[in-house]
This record gives sequence, structure tokens and C-alpha cells, in this order.
Amino acid sequence: METDTHVYLFATCVVDLFSPQSGLDAVEVLEALGVTVAFPRDQTCCGQPAYTTGFADDARRVAAAQLDLFPQPWPIVVPSGSCGGMLRHHWPRLFADDPQRLAQAEALAARTVEFCDFVDTRLAASQVADTTPVRLALHTSCTARRELATHLAGRRLLAKLPGVELLEPEHEAECCGFGGTFAIKHPEISAAMTEDKLDALQASGCAQFVSADCGCLLNLNGALERRPTTLRGLHIASFLRSRLATRGAEQRR
Amino acid sequence: MSGDRQPRPQDFKVQSRAALADPALRASFRSAMDFLVDKRAAQFPDIGAYERLRSLGTRIREHALAKLPELLERLEQNLTALGVQVHWAETPSDANRIFLDIAARHGAQAMVKGKSMVSEEIELNREMAAHGIDCVETDMGEYILQLDGDRPSHIIMPAIHKTKADVSRIFAEKIPGSAHTEDVDELIAIGRRALRERFRDAPIGVTGANFLVAETGSLVLVENEGNGRLCTSVPEVHVAITGIEKVIERLEHLPPLYTLLTRSATGQAVTTYLNIVTGPRRAGEKDGPREVHLILLDNGRTQAWRDQRFRATLQCIRCGACMNHCPVYTRVGGLSYGTTYPGPIGAIVSPHLLGLDATRDLPTASSLCGACGEVCPVGIPIPELLMRLRGAARRRPAPERKPLRDEGAARSRAETLVWTAWALLYSRARLYRWFSWWATRLRRLTPAWQGGWTRGRVPLRPAPRSLRELLAQRRR
Repeated sequence: METDTHVYLFATCVVDLFSPQSGLDAVEVLEALGVTVAFPRDQTCCGQPAYTTGFADDARRVAAAQLDLFPQPWPIVVPSGSCGGMLRHHWPRLFADDPQRLAQAEALAARTVEFCDFVDTRLAASQVADTTPVRLALHTSCTARRELATHLAGRRLLAKLPGVELLEPEHEAECCGFGGTFAIKHPEISAAMTEDKLDALQASGCAQFVSADCGCLLNLNGALERRPTTLRGLHIASFLRSRLATRGAEQRR
Repeated sequence: MSGDRQPRPQDFKVQSRAALADPALRASFRSAMDFLVDKRAAQFPDIGAYERLRSLGTRIREHALAKLPELLERLEQNLTALGVQVHWAETPSDANRIFLDIAARHGAQAMVKGKSMVSEEIELNREMAAHGIDCVETDMGEYILQLDGDRPSHIIMPAIHKTKADVSRIFAEKIPGSAHTEDVDELIAIGRRALRERFRDAPIGVTGANFLVAETGSLVLVENEGNGRLCTSVPEVHVAITGIEKVIERLEHLPPLYTLLTRSATGQAVTTYLNIVTGPRRAGEKDGPREVHLILLDNGRTQAWRDQRFRATLQCIRCGACMNHCPVYTRVGGLSYGTTYPGPIGAIVSPHLLGLDATRDLPTASSLCGACGEVCPVGIPIPELLMRLRGAARRRPAPERKPLRDEGAARSRAETLVWTAWALLYSRARLYRWFSWWATRLRRLTPAWQGGWTRGRVPLRPAPRSLRELLAQRRR
């Protein structure tokens, strides 16, 4: 079992503005593991939206503004998989021509840990309070899956939770159709992918699905709200918090 | 999409929208692609072994491209020594002119052709027809498409968008004396009988080539139907055409690439035919062509080769696995792209062939999910290349480099402005905090229409408070 006492949370722009509860729940889960969470308040975004659209210079400007925010040698936990992949794999590429920043980016990349990955290696079965049976599906961001193998960490993590039955929807590994500006530049294709993903999730018979990628969740929940169903996607941190004996959970009781 | 209305890359959005609205097409592509995905997966049960083979294949292709000019020279010398005539074509029209010259010297009115995507690239059939030469497709899928005036929608399974009923109708209409049937075996027999006649009479056989071996001067042709073997052995003249990037250095480099190709493409451990043509008929041999030509086409490949950021594009061995695994291709089908090469590989190859203006919507038609890069048997970082092409289409070329064709053509002032503003906002922490404070307070003013996003989703609306505010409250 790993023994970090402090971590940084790099919450990402999507969590900050659109899904803050996921970020709060991530903090609570991390604290329940006995870790002190530092949230550098000047953090904004990993730069991915501009980077994947072809505006690497703009992405570099934004990424550069994050480089000095994590001075201690603590792990940097990212509760959104594709952003984690951006830090880990693409920041070093962004600064390939700038030796000083490259060194910084590489050091940060080496400390970057996706949320599930971090929690999985530290969670003890004794910390699980709620074992109510639930049928769950796991949706993993496709970039995060390929760049960080988050689907494996996510499955391992869920397997540690008594009562959770993990279902595997059809075409589980396939993209949900988000893809950043792809969803705006090719809305019909994106929507077709999203609809197929939702059909598969609904057909799987899951009561809920979880994900550690907030872009995918915004996309899937945004489309689910147009459907006559109560099925929703939840950030895996929020689900986890509901199963653990965390400070917030005790307060709610 | 048959007949006169040939799809164009400029119309990708319109064409893909039409394809998405066709449930039968979507269902058939989905099931065909699932079938190919499963067959491929069954061929690579051991991930470790696959990764080793793939890294070997990648190195072989990288090595060949690193030495491309030298290997092409050696290939030409060895082919010439064997009696093969080598022709260099910079453009499709150069290539067609070479075909016409060869046909004129032999007084040929007809050609039989094996499956060749490069011949599609130069629109050989149409060009030959314009000069009174009948160039007949002999690959069954391609033959069906030619009879119907249609185009391939997949580089390995060209007629994957045709149903059994379509083929039945096309044959009944276009092959005189054939009985109407929907039995697949009978349909194939009808097609084969019609094609036999053509093989017997044609003075020229045309094929592509999957690999060119520099050290031996060999043309390698991978196929399943035997039509390639007939095209390379029955007619008096064999003309092969392929891209300059297909050369590999040594014969021993062939087996790993062949294995990667067949397993990735059709999920086969071996194909029915593997033809290695090393020169024309020799004295004392009973068959084989008396004349062999190789046409090496550039058509924009040099542009990809000379720019290190794009050279990996040319590693491709045309297996089609990237399209089989692509969630976009699976839904819009191959014809939507309006290019010779559809899907992810098409989106990274076509900009070099046709320019970044005509193909501006292709590199953006990807969620960058990474499935293509993951299954590419020769390690082409397709998502990475798509991002670079997006950038090249949208930004002014750097003065120190030779620009790509139509570099910066998709540059729009509005889009540049949006990202400049975005970068300003997200690179200044205080400005961003101010912005997020107001965005959360004014969340009710979020527009209900948000362009493409709200086409299938509810509008994006900021939360009542940002995470940084919630955390600050919590710490109090």
C-alpha cells in the first residue's frame, strides 16, 4: 500500500465550472484515505481543447501557466482521465523545444496519477461502509483508456466494493462521441455515436453508470436528459464517496 | 450513391449526414466491421507477441522510408536488370499517359485489372474509357462496383456497402444472359464466368503491388481470389502501378509485414494467393507476361515524406484495420469521405494527395479516440497526425519550412480569435477566477442554443458555484 501523505488535485476546467461536485467528492475520497489534498487555486486547464483542435500555441500558453503550481514532489491526482493523459503524454510534447519547461513538464508528467489509479492502490476493504447491491456499468474515456489504461484501474477499484455488480455493455470500449470540438464540428456524427453508446448502456440493464472522465459524462448526461429515462452517469468519485465512510457521508446521516 | 453523383471530400458533411440517416447502411456497416474486428482479434490472441511483431513491422517500414531515395534507385536498377520497365509518374495524369502509351504500342483496346487502390487514385478506368480502352475490374467486389458505376467504400472490402439484393439486381441488369438469383455462390459463379472471357482476350493485365522488394526487384501482390495471379500471368503485358512508398529493402522484411497485413486486414493467417513477380517470362518458361512494367506514382507522397512531422503517414501497408475499428467510419461508411482512401488512414493520406483545402473536414472528423492508432500494425500515430493536420490547415505556415499544399486554407479569423481569447482567459489565473465567478452567477443567462452541442444534448450550463469556491467555503 502506498503511503503518500499529501497530493495535489488538478481538477481541470470541466470539473471546476461544470461538475464541481465530482471534484468535491474526489477530495472527500482522498481525505478518507488519509491524504491531505492541496488545490492550487491558480490552476485552470490542461490545454487539451486547443491542443486537439490544432492550436498548439494556445494550448502551450495555458499549459505553461500551470507548470509552477505544483512545487512539492507530491502526486498530482487528476479526476478526469483524458486531462490526465494530456499532462502525462502531451505536455512534454508541447514543450519539446523549450528545455527548461520540458524538464518541468516531464517532472509533472511523472507525478501525474489518474484518480482511479491513485485510489485503487490505497483503498482498504475495511473503509467501505455501504454494500447495498447495485448493477453498474463503467464508461472509460477512450483516450484515457489508451493513454493511461484507466479502464483497468476503474475495474479493479469497483471490484473492491462489495455489492457492486459490474456489467459490460455492448461495444464497451467504443468512444461516446464527445471528442472535444469534434462534437461541435461534426454534431451529427458525434450524436450518432452518443446515441449508440446510450442505447448500449440502457440495454445493459445497469441502474447507473460511472466514469472517471468528466467530458464523457457531460456529453452522455447532456444527451440522456433528452431521453425518457432516469439513467444518469455519475463520477466514480461521487459513487465511491457514497460507499465509503467519509466525513461528508457522516454529516449527511 | 451510384451513377453520376461522385462523392467529393469537399462535401463530406453533406455526404456523412445522408449516410447517418440511412439505417440499413449503418446496420450493415456496423455488422461488417464487428465481424472484421472479431476476426482480427482472433488472429492476435497474445498481446505481447502482437506488440513484438508490430514493433518489428514498424521498424521495417521506418527503415525503408529513412532510405527511400536510395531504395527506389536500387529497386529501379534491379528491376531494369531483370527486364522490367520502370516508369515514374509525378501526377495521376502522368500515370494515365504511361498507361495510354503502353496500350497504344500494343494496340490494346482492353485491360483486365486486379484490385489496386492506386489505380482508383488516378481514376484509371475512367481515363482509359475516355480513350476507348475498356479496363475491366476482376476483383469481384470491384467488378460489382464497376458494373453499377459506383466507387469502393473500403480499401479491402470495396463493395461492403452493397447487399446481396443489390448484387443480384446489378448482375441481372448488366451481365447479359444471367439468371436472377440471390444465392451468393451462384452470384459469384455468374461473375466469374463473365470475367473468364475477359481474361482470355485482354492483352494487358493491370495490378497494384502491396510491397516492392528493392534487393530482389520483386513486385509482391497479396490477394484471395486468384484474379491477381491471372492478371499477372495470362496477358502478354503486365503493368503494375503503386505508390513510391511501398518499397522495402530486403526480401526477409516481407514475411513480418505480410503476416501483419493479412491478420489485420481480413483476420486471415495467410491469404489464398501471394504473388511475387520477379521479371517477365524467361526463355524456356511456358507462361507469364512477355513484358512487365512498373509505374511508381508520387501524387503528393513526397510532400508527406520530406516533412518529418508527416513521414509516418507513408508507413501504411493498407490493411484497413483503422477503418474497421473507427467509430466514425463505422457510422458514415466509406463513400462519405469522397476520397480514394476513406477512414482514418484516408484522413491522414488525402491531405497530401488533394491538399488541405479540399480535405479540410476530414482530419476534424475524428473524436481522437485512438482506436486507429492502437490497431495500426505498423505503428502509425494516426491521432497525432490528425492533430498535426488540423493545425496545419488552420495556421499560417512557418516561414522556415516548405508549406504543405493549401496549408492554412481552413484558417478562419473567428476560430483563431476564439482560441486566442480562450488562451488569454485560461492562462491568467485572476482573469479566469473573475470569469468563473461571473459565469456561475449568470448561469441562467447561458444560451439555450449552443451550436452543434445542443443538436442532441441539453445546453451546457455552469454549476451554481465553481469547485474553487466550494473548496474555499469548505475550508472555512
